[in-house]
Amino acid sequence: MKWETVIGLEVHTQLATRSKIFSGSSTAFGAAPNTQASAVDVALPGVLPVLNKKAVECAIRFGLAVDATLNRVNVFDRKNYFYPDLPKGYQISQLARPIVEGGTLKIVVEGEERTIHLTRAHMEEDAGKSLHEDFHGMTGIDLNRAGTPLLEIVSEPEMRSSAEAVAYARALHTLVTWIGICDGNMQEGSFRVDANVSVRPVGQAEFGTRREIKNLNSFKFLQQAIDFEVRWQIETLEDGGRIEQATVLFDPDTGETRMMRSKEDAHDYRYFPDPDLLPVKLDEDWIEAVRAGLPELPAAMQARFQADYGVSAYDAAVLTGSRALADFFEAAARACGQGKLAANWVMGELSAALNKAELDIAQSPVSAAQLGTLIARIQDGTLSGKLAKQVFEGLWEGAGEVDAIIEARGLKQMSDSGELEKIVDDVLAANPKSVEEFRSGKEKAFNALVGQVMKASRGKANPAQVNELLKARLQ
Amino acid sequence: MSLTPDDVKRIARLARIEIDDAQAQATQAQLNTIFDLIATMQAVDTASIAPMAHAQEVYQRLRDDVVTETDRHAAFQAVAPAVENGLYLVPKVIE
Repeated sequence: MKWETVIGLEVHTQLATRSKIFSGSSTAFGAAPNTQASAVDVALPGVLPVLNKKAVECAIRFGLAVDATLNRVNVFDRKNYFYPDLPKGYQISQLARPIVEGGTLKIVVEGEERTIHLTRAHMEEDAGKSLHEDFHGMTGIDLNRAGTPLLEIVSEPEMRSSAEAVAYARALHTLVTWIGICDGNMQEGSFRVDANVSVRPVGQAEFGTRREIKNLNSFKFLQQAIDFEVRWQIETLEDGGRIEQATVLFDPDTGETRMMRSKEDAHDYRYFPDPDLLPVKLDEDWIEAVRAGLPELPAAMQARFQADYGVSAYDAAVLTGSRALADFFEAAARACGQGKLAANWVMGELSAALNKAELDIAQSPVSAAQLGTLIARIQDGTLSGKLAKQVFEGLWEGAGEVDAIIEARGLKQMSDSGELEKIVDDVLAANPKSVEEFRSGKEKAFNALVGQVMKASRGKANPAQVNELLKARLQ
Repeated sequence: MSLTPDDVKRIARLARIEIDDAQAQATQAQLNTIFDLIATMQAVDTASIAPMAHAQEVYQRLRDDVVTETDRHAAFQAVAPAVENGLYLVPKVIE
């Protein structure tokens, strides 16, 4: 039987605020345990939550960026369950009336563009952390993270492979960092993914029973966990078994998923509107002010890069992988007026060097302006592609500006045609055999002669000019 | 709608309240009178009335995103039953 995979993702993004969603405690990562947990965060009796304006603004930014409906009046609910890292005995979340509903996100998988629909995005508070190392048989609780603002972004079950799920998660990661609502740091848990996975026979309309894989904190684990889960579900069904609805955990060490709780143990959260919080109202002036402050979004920038700089759809998608990369490319392209060449250099030489040195684009030793100048020197004929790579190495090492490196290292392409003619004549005189071979029809011999001329000029001859001169001489 | 004894026990378990059969029975009767009240309210025609999330027609006041709290964990932990290395200790929980 042929099976179809169905995946929906729930992503918890930690919002980039200084203080918590309902208290004035710091959200900075890595502080000593419980030093950033106030009376509100530890849920002392009598405390009341006061909503952080910036957290709401982040949610509005997101809603606008995915072209969703913003609920002008949205409501906080209590999600009730008992766990020691949740001191109130409930999590403040949004169920019936979330701030964001609908919206879309474009993904590209194997060159194909797809639109994934979002169900909703709602604000909520994070829980604390449980440390299960042995404290005399007890569990340690750190409440620094309790009350950190989250935006939980839920997709429709529209992904059909782990590759699509990863493409969606990456596109979402790019977007939330792009619009500045999340730092995107997956190691610190700022962007955590839950995957709802099911399989069904191809052609069947109803969904199969789903299992939810919790808390995946890397794109690699997301892919591995889904691939394992899909294989396991198909094997179970083909062996005549049934899939029970369950929550599972992924173990990166074994590459397997294992059951955390079954449907029978599923939480009954008994949601109800939180009487401590009034409904949140978004007025039009506020929404428009947030809209005015949005940067150009990745999708719009991709279209513009193709139109303004003549780069391909694929290149445009790569170049808008992050805002820093896009800004770098655009600055370089503007500096040299050569979009396609700038794209090739940014995605080629520069990306390779950055990867090798494990540096981010923001830490690039070569500036966009320098790369632009370098490309301009290729364009005006001062440098060949090969010489330009040597200049790039100089820039990378911090040897100075483009023109200074060309001068200091004598990398200027030979422009004196008299000098080149002499080299060509010398090479022809020294290689009668190649000349004869060429004249008897061996095209390869020509390339050998070009190589000899380039070598004799120490790489400084203009290859196009060499071709031209050699052809003229050999006719 | 009325509750069965099993419903009552389930609600009690979710709320981590330990009750015996006699208590469950008494609670069942009390809860059912609340359901009767709800049934009476359900009879009211609300088709033309906007849903209301809060009894007051006012909206949430928002706070500027500023850190105002200081570290008071020593005071909080002075009244905690068990503490180690700045962590609150609780009976072991593994899910």
